[in-house]
Amino acid sequence: MLILECPYCGVMADETDLHGDGEAHLKRFGPGSSDDDFEGYLFMRKNPKGVHFERWRHASGCGKFFHAARNTMTLEVYGTYLAQTLEPPKAIIDAVKAKHPEWEGYK
Amino acid sequence: MSNAVSTLNGASFEGYVRVEEQGLVGMITLRGDLTSKALAKAVKSATGAAMPGQGEIASGDKGRVGWMSPDELLLIVDHAAANDMVAALTKALAGEHALAVNVSDARTVFRIIGAAAREVVAKVSPADVNALSPGQLRRTRIAQIPAAFHMIDEETAELVCFRSVGKYAFDLLKDAALPGGEVYL
Ligand SMILES: [Zn+2]
Repeated sequence: MLILECPYCGVMADETDLHGDGEAHLKRFGPGSSDDDFEGYLFMRKNPKGVHFERWRHASGCGKFFHAARNTMTLEVYGTYLAQTLEPPKAIIDAVKAKHPEWEGYK
Repeated sequence: MSNAVSTLNGASFEGYVRVEEQGLVGMITLRGDLTSKALAKAVKSATGAAMPGQGEIASGDKGRVGWMSPDELLLIVDHAAANDMVAALTKALAGEHALAVNVSDARTVFRIIGAAAREVVAKVSPADVNALSPGQLRRTRIAQIPAAFHMIDEETAELVCFRSVGKYAFDLLKDAALPGGEVYL
């Protein structure tokens, strides 16, 4: 069972209290963008075995979206952080690097 | 004017804990900036309660105030007083980005009473109910539906859910409270 701390409520919410909302930090390409950019925004998703950044929603709690850094293979959670960020904060990056010095980094 | 009637009209069940629907309970959803002084003042004058911290529920002489999210409070008050309270809150928060709505008749409230109150709630929810001390409010789910609950004291849990699923919640709690279903007692 995956347990994530909601950064808004401070509660440890298990997976069934949450709703997964896919890859984090997508850049939106809307009207006026190239076909390739628009296709990438709509359909192209990372699917790593290992460190991954995701969006989640505390669906049956506060209802807020937040971000989580976790490992898709071990289910290890490196941390959760607020939705109002364009990329993972330093503390999260540091937490991942502490566990996986070989990790090639975000992006 | 029509008579207000609660979801289950005060139905109750005696299992290894008592489950009772609370009848008419006033409830106000208040959304706004919880760090705002004007909002804290309006809440204080409406309920007598101080602004609750994250995940807390505070009590005053005219009601209780639960922290529902970083921008949402639930005021639990006297059913007959709710409309006037909404009007007073709306007036006091005229200059704020805030909204108060009377949701009394959109909700159902239960109390689960008995030494095993925590256990019965824990059976139907993924929350760590044993870690929930009086004064803390948890918003989570019970089986398939959203709910919020808090411990009034060590042997009394109060649970709020949507009215449309009130019967489901009652049936669920009754089932969890059936004699013979004790886990630790
Ligand atoms: Zn939350």
